[in-house]
Amino acid sequence: MPQHKLTQLQELESESIHIMREVVAEFRNPVMMYSVGKDSSVMLHLARKAFYPGPLPFTLLHVDTGYKFQEMYEFRDWYVKEVGAKLTVHRNEDAITKGMNPHEFGVARCCGALKTGALLEALEKGGFDAAFGGARRDEERSRAKERVYSMRDSFGQWDPKNQRPELWNLYNGRIHDGESVRVFPISNWTEMDVWSYIKEENIPIVPLYYAKERPMVERGNHLIPASEGQLLLEGEEPKMVMSRFRTLGCMPCTGAVRSSATTIEEIIEEASIATRSERETRIIDHGSNSMEDKKKEGYF
Amino acid sequence: MSNSDQNIELLRLVTVGSVDDGKSTLIGRLLYDTKGAFEDQLQAVRKEEGEGADGIDLAQLTDGLAAEREQGITIDVAYRYFATPKRKFIMADCPGHEQYTRNMVTGSSTANVAVILIDARKGVLQQTRRHTHIISLLGLPHLVVAINKMDLIDYDEATFLKIKEELTEFCARQGIHDLICIPVSALAGDMVVDRGNNMDWYQGHTVLETLEGIDVNAHIDECDFRFPVQLVSRPQTTELPDFRGFMGRIASGTIKVGDEIIQLPAGKKSTIKEIITFDGNLDEAFAPQSVTLTLEDEIDISRGDTIVHADKAPQTEKEIDAIVCWMGEEPLSSRKKYFIKHTTNTVKAMVSEIKYRTDINELTQDESADELAMNEIGKVSLKLTSPLTFDRYADNRATGSFIIIDSFTNNTVGAAMIC
Repeated sequence: MPQHKLTQLQELESESIHIMREVVAEFRNPVMMYSVGKDSSVMLHLARKAFYPGPLPFTLLHVDTGYKFQEMYEFRDWYVKEVGAKLTVHRNEDAITKGMNPHEFGVARCCGALKTGALLEALEKGGFDAAFGGARRDEERSRAKERVYSMRDSFGQWDPKNQRPELWNLYNGRIHDGESVRVFPISNWTEMDVWSYIKEENIPIVPLYYAKERPMVERGNHLIPASEGQLLLEGEEPKMVMSRFRTLGCMPCTGAVRSSATTIEEIIEEASIATRSERETRIIDHGSNSMEDKKKEGYF
Repeated sequence: MSNSDQNIELLRLVTVGSVDDGKSTLIGRLLYDTKGAFEDQLQAVRKEEGEGADGIDLAQLTDGLAAEREQGITIDVAYRYFATPKRKFIMADCPGHEQYTRNMVTGSSTANVAVILIDARKGVLQQTRRHTHIISLLGLPHLVVAINKMDLIDYDEATFLKIKEELTEFCARQGIHDLICIPVSALAGDMVVDRGNNMDWYQGHTVLETLEGIDVNAHIDECDFRFPVQLVSRPQTTELPDFRGFMGRIASGTIKVGDEIIQLPAGKKSTIKEIITFDGNLDEAFAPQSVTLTLEDEIDISRGDTIVHADKAPQTEKEIDAIVCWMGEEPLSSRKKYFIKHTTNTVKAMVSEIKYRTDINELTQDESADELAMNEIGKVSLKLTSPLTFDRYADNRATGSFIIIDSFTNNTVGAAMIC
């Protein structure tokens, strides 16, 4: 191999760092969404690289629904401290107090209140004009058409038919008062890239990604964790299943997969032969245009 | 980063063609046959009466937006990802209709290779000429032409050769010399990933083999060193009270500790002290690495400045000529003021003259043009409020390109290549 050549992961890394630095240079008050998942872990790691030797020039924002796994809260608090980042947690306390949940109110309403609603509230409260998100274009087909800089109006809404063209690596960061951008620095990464990078860089991730005997119930095609705090339906009996999570969301709506992958190498091996996409275990994505619709309303 | 099985290169490609050429089918085929699409994603688009591989409407896989599926058209550039043991591919999939020239320019701007679709029954159309011209303007080094629907002309070699000859001649006039023509049936799967049994007369590579074999090295490390400064790092922490570093992504060339540099446009000189990364300091860095540079001397450098080797300085001017692809609803017109963003520098600009508009069908130049409407291409002179440090686009894609921003709407309304 010639001397002056980057591997594809190194090239992706360099591109992501470039995007983050552009945002910090051109926006008044950026924030980084931190969802505690593997993509967030990678994004946070890239941010540390981008601004080294200085500290992170923005805070992390976790939009918490109250339905996350205990392991996620523990990991979040430990890791944020470990890397010396500042973290803000925002919850839609009003909806949580009223007992919002996906079973009674439906997935769409629950997500709308606890995720999209809370997100828009948090962005407004913080006065953020740019928010980094860890979404990737390979995740879902409406995301395949999203820009690195995704323009949002003052309601946080996305207009898929009216996106700014994005040329070369020149990102147009000019916005009007009240508008904001969602920025996706790992747009061009695939699930496999994320796992490979986690391995190469030894990035810590929530233990839920590794296979273990866990209490589960089978609900339709989904393997639903019967962890503490989970709402079980009538007649559901938890049993121990060797399983892990490919993506992490809220407990009621995130399915697990049967797996024996207990190391990062085994996870990569599993991902390389996977025939089903990772988002299949996310109940929120199902329905005809559900991701596109949610994004139009202000979701990431 | 250490290297192991991830020691593979990245190829960025753009695919151009209209629905009628079977482009979505070709892409669907590439994704499907390289396992770049998952079963549940395929299931989501599975139709009652299937077309293509195993009853899947492959085109539905690539059209991401509800409006596109409803209308059966592709509106916007979609990015797709697939990998083989040799390479990872990032594919910008562009609609080929005339009104969507802006999408094609967008998709091509980051690509090393273009894949154009031609319907073998129709041969070289005006649309093909238009696509080829845009690819030559955007300076893509390689062009792959998939002559599709060979199944509908009984896999006739003579037809293929005739199209190939016509295209080769046309491309040579456009300055595209690395042209590869491949006979394909995306629907039947011939010559996309697998060879199939229908075209034994064709001895060349399949589309995928061709993409795996193309030289992806754009040789940007061999160009002169250009480092547009993105950010000045001054942490002012207890550990780093006086640190001052210049952060950026190397646009081209290489840089070593001890190299003599000059900062442009002001022209102050210094020497590279350190090349800093999170993974440790480097003795040498090259494009497209993102690094932080420190200098031996305290000189004033800010975002928008460019650091270059003292003996290899580019031009710094307040008046430039550029080929512009217009993307705005409102036409570009003389005397109008815009913002332009070039590397990390945003300046105000005024259109001083429209030199010509290219008739993209006839490829002639209309020198009487006084505006450029959406999807039109022409040569324009601009006057800038402050000087730009640039190279010609033909010499350096990163420092020779800029975008034009409407100062009222803030929309990106033009893509420009300095000439």
